[in-house]
Amino acid sequence: MQPFKPVLLEAVGLPDGHTIASYKSRGGYAPLEKTLAEKQPVDVVEMVKASGLRGRGGAGFSTGLKWTFLPKDHPGPIYLCVNADESEPGTFNNRILMEDDPHQVIEGIILSSFATRASTAYIYLRYEYPHSWHRLQGAIDEAYAAGYLGTNIRGTGFSLDIYLHRGAAAYICGEETGLIESLEGKRAWPRIKPPFPAIEGLFRKPTVVNNIETMACVAQIARRGVEWFKSIGVPADPNNPRDPGSYGPKLYCLSGHVEKPGCYEAPLGITARELIDHFGGGVWKGRKAKAVIPGGISMGLMTESELDTPLDFAGPGKVGCLGLGTAAVVVIDDQTSIVDFLHNSARFFAHESCGQCTPCREGTSWSLRILERIRAGKGRLKDLDILLELGQTMGMMPGSTICGLADGAAWPMKNAIKKFRGEFEDYIKRTNPSGWMVTDPVPALPIVGAH
Amino acid sequence: MIAPGRTYLTDEMVAKIEALAPRYPNRRALTLPALHIVNAELRHVPLGAVVEIAAVLGLAPAEVQDTLTFYQFFHQEKPHGKVRAFVCRSVSCALRGGDHLLEHLCHANGIAPYGTTPDGELTIEPAECLGACDFAPCILANDDLLKNMTPETATAELKKPRARAT
Repeated sequence: MQPFKPVLLEAVGLPDGHTIASYKSRGGYAPLEKTLAEKQPVDVVEMVKASGLRGRGGAGFSTGLKWTFLPKDHPGPIYLCVNADESEPGTFNNRILMEDDPHQVIEGIILSSFATRASTAYIYLRYEYPHSWHRLQGAIDEAYAAGYLGTNIRGTGFSLDIYLHRGAAAYICGEETGLIESLEGKRAWPRIKPPFPAIEGLFRKPTVVNNIETMACVAQIARRGVEWFKSIGVPADPNNPRDPGSYGPKLYCLSGHVEKPGCYEAPLGITARELIDHFGGGVWKGRKAKAVIPGGISMGLMTESELDTPLDFAGPGKVGCLGLGTAAVVVIDDQTSIVDFLHNSARFFAHESCGQCTPCREGTSWSLRILERIRAGKGRLKDLDILLELGQTMGMMPGSTICGLADGAAWPMKNAIKKFRGEFEDYIKRTNPSGWMVTDPVPALPIVGAH
Repeated sequence: MIAPGRTYLTDEMVAKIEALAPRYPNRRALTLPALHIVNAELRHVPLGAVVEIAAVLGLAPAEVQDTLTFYQFFHQEKPHGKVRAFVCRSVSCALRGGDHLLEHLCHANGIAPYGTTPDGELTIEPAECLGACDFAPCILANDDLLKNMTPETATAELKKPRARAT
């Protein structure tokens, strides 16, 4: 592995890394002052477009392109919503950025607001991050005092306010239109698109929703340049005109059965095996990996033999996973039951389904109930086919739901059963020796509580 | 101080809500901040408080209640404990004993998940991913993240008094 010096995480471990003095001593806010003095918003949009930056929140959509969907010459207001509702199981990179280097995030937000002509930015912060809340509020106060926020910033006529808005522990608020509904004070039910938020978003005004890590990347691109950013990562595949490439550094969250869990920065395209061995100190207790989640639980599972897959935006899809997601790598060792894993995954999605679309509300709760039945020693081989059928029919991709939550529930189910079918069948036959072959309908199980 | 005609909301709470009003173009967006402000003081948001929040925000009580019930975060029947402990049960913590930890803590305190001890000191709730998978298994107790917990260390930690959540 090539040595790589962390950029996004450069403040981690510094005693006062979260203060404005530390951030400025590392070169922070100078790019913002230069931008405000010399550049136009369109220059910043072009810079981010040229960098090839793709959103770090999960979907990997081009950030610069997203900004260009805003209507031209809109009288305003235009809003920027910064998505800090990081709730994908296994993911904590935004927490590290907000706690250890909040000014990097704030500078990115100011630059992005300047580019999109937004006059108000809301940071939608999940409830579970009280420490991030204090750090961000402290950094916002410092930025106001230093004249980087407020009215007529640096005499340019550009004004910006940043407000923190706290969520209340619901995963669906990380979906961009769910986030908007929640911010408006309503149930966080995702909206049918179109219209996309860029046309009609928060308070029915044009809105951009970007992730915290994306904001930090914007600050670093402004500081170090487009060429620097494009020198890192995986270039676009010349044989695939639809592949925009995977450029820049990425924060990988490594957790589960590894010796050294943590958030590590690496060029996009590092393999899961390199990540586990180089950064994670290997699988814990000298064991082997049975399966690895490539980017948060929604992305599905890779088997041990698939660990050399590069973790860029295109990599995990090549081995049947949903995508790179949040790049949260969770290692499951060979002593763990895959039935237990899938039950845990199903419980999460059944709890977090917002209940708006029937295929998701019923599909996630029934898959949990079926898995509870299997774990109670009453599983049947037919249940695996039912689970697969559920997995193939709920979600945005089959076209049966408004948002992607159900796709995220379906993927671990489809991957686990397809890649580990033998283990499921053994488990069912072993725990239900007299009934595993039955195909008659079975009585309904208790209803699952959820949002 | 509670103003005449109100039972739950104090003048301080209303002042805190009003202080946030300039941040949003309409008052409905104050719903979640208002629920947090009331919940931080009362440790629950009873129906009567919902009616009073609605009156402050110029909304129908049903609109506030509609939002509140979505989150399952705000208790309505009775206050949660002075310490509210969220025990993570999502994948990274589960792989390192999160479910076992939750079961142990409930058993040790003689309560079911989501329950509160009879003295009103401690509520234990299962939580989905707390975003601290590098410290699995973990617990969020009021504002404190308790890292790399074992049944023994968690039992001891949850006996300590803690500052109230913001």
